[in-house]
Parts: sequence; C-alpha cells; structure tokens
Amino acid sequence: MSPAFLILALLAVAGAVAAVGLRNLIHCALALAVALAAIAGVYLHLGAEFIAFAQLLVYLGAVAILILFAILLTRGSERSGSGIFSAGWGWGLGVALGLLATVAGVFVSARFPRAAAAVSAAPAGARELGTDLMTRHILALELIGLLLTAALIGAVILALHERGREAAPGEGR
Amino acid sequence: MNGVTPYLLLSAVLFATGLAGALIRRNAIIVLIGIELMLNAANLNFIAFARFGPGAEQGNGTIFVLFSIGVAAAEAAVGLALIIAVYRHFKSAQVDQPATLRG
Repeated sequence: MSPAFLILALLAVAGAVAAVGLRNLIHCALALAVALAAIAGVYLHLGAEFIAFAQLLVYLGAVAILILFAILLTRGSERSGSGIFSAGWGWGLGVALGLLATVAGVFVSARFPRAAAAVSAAPAGARELGTDLMTRHILALELIGLLLTAALIGAVILALHERGREAAPGEGR
Repeated sequence: MNGVTPYLLLSAVLFATGLAGALIRRNAIIVLIGIELMLNAANLNFIAFARFGPGAEQGNGTIFVLFSIGVAAAEAAVGLALIIAVYRHFKSAQVDQPATLRG
C-alpha cells in the first residue's frame, strides 16, 4: 500500500461522502467530480492508463457536467424548510453500513490465489485493447453503439419541452 | 494487507457511500450521483482483479470496464432527462414528491 494510493483513496472517499452528504447541490456535483478524478488516479496507479483517461473523459467531462446542468435546470425544487434526507433515512444508512461491514469482512478474511505475489504481466495497453475491441468484442462494441444512440434519442425525447402541457399547470395531478 | 485487498476495501467503502446516498437523500439527482458512485466502485473491482488476478495480459477486465463506462454514460443521460421531465411536470426533483406518475 503506497502513499500515493492512500492519498488517492482518502480523496475518493472524502469526495464520495461529500457528494452524497452536502446540502448544497452544486457542492455535491463538484465533490463527485473530485471523487471521480481520484478514482481515475487509482486506475493510473493500477496501471490501467487507458481506462483512467476514459474515466476522465466520460465521467469528468460528460457525466459530472451533465449532472451540474441538471442541477441548474431543476433549481428551486429544494425548499429551505424541508430536510435533505428522506423519511426513514435511518433504515437506508443501516442497510449501507451493514453491507459495508459484511463486504469488508469478506474482503479482509478472503484468501486470494495470487494476491500476495507481485504482479508479473503488465495489463493490456491501448493497442491490445483496440485490437480486442475490433476482433473478439466487435459484437459488444456494435451493441453499445446502438445503446448509446438509443439513449441519446430517448434522452432528447424525454427532455423535449412540451409547450401544450406547460400551458395548464397542475393538469394531470 | 497488500495485493488486491486495499483496492477492494476502497471499492467497498465507495459502494456503501453510493448506496447510502441513493437510499437516504430526497433529491433525485443525488440518488443518481449515488448510482454513479456504485458503478465506479464496481469498475474499480474489475480493474483491481484484472491487475492482480491471472490473465491480466488478456485485457478482459479492462474491456469490461470500458463497456461499463459506456452503459453508465447512457444511464446518466436517460436518468437526468427523466429527472428534468419529472421536474417540469411536478415542479420538484424530490423523490417523494411525485405521488402519481400518470400522464
């Protein structure tokens, strides 16, 4: 466990806790960006450079900014009087803590076959990944292209402004 | 404690944090942030096992994470569009406000 990993892990956990715990939504989105960047650093530390930069591009460049835009578009939904936690939040926290205790206990007590041994082979680089994507995983690549296209069209249709509906507020409630 | 275990512990903490955020917050966008954190924790597990497990040079774990990132991007786009549509209809992005989801 190197100091670089410790710093990155602390940053990731602190960012994650801040992202789900802060009151101001903008701060939440920025804390999420910190956590995602720290996770990209962990990927670099693990030797997966391509995934680290894909994480930076997709999560930091697209998802975090998308979340920021969504927060700005839904401003005014949070009322100052009401709390930020849902009713029965104690149950949710208990479930999450119980899961953490169970999974961490399993991880600590588990014996992994080559966990103690030093890493021998370097993971696949960008060239091998590209060859793999274009040969062995070509069907999955095409499928995810289709999925992204469908998601793009679906998101546009869902978020389209409906002027006819907007004219009659409260209709359909 | 060396090898793959610290990465697995980090991913467990991130997953639990995301799950807590998805379960206890009222704002739908924070619920989505929690889901993104959980997906990232799963990706971290894949990369850690791809690095420390056998067959690292085949790149299967890396390929899996690439596709997982793509699916997560699609999920975030559709989820945020849904949140914006619900906000337009109910004037609220809290998960406990819309009691009816009919037209």
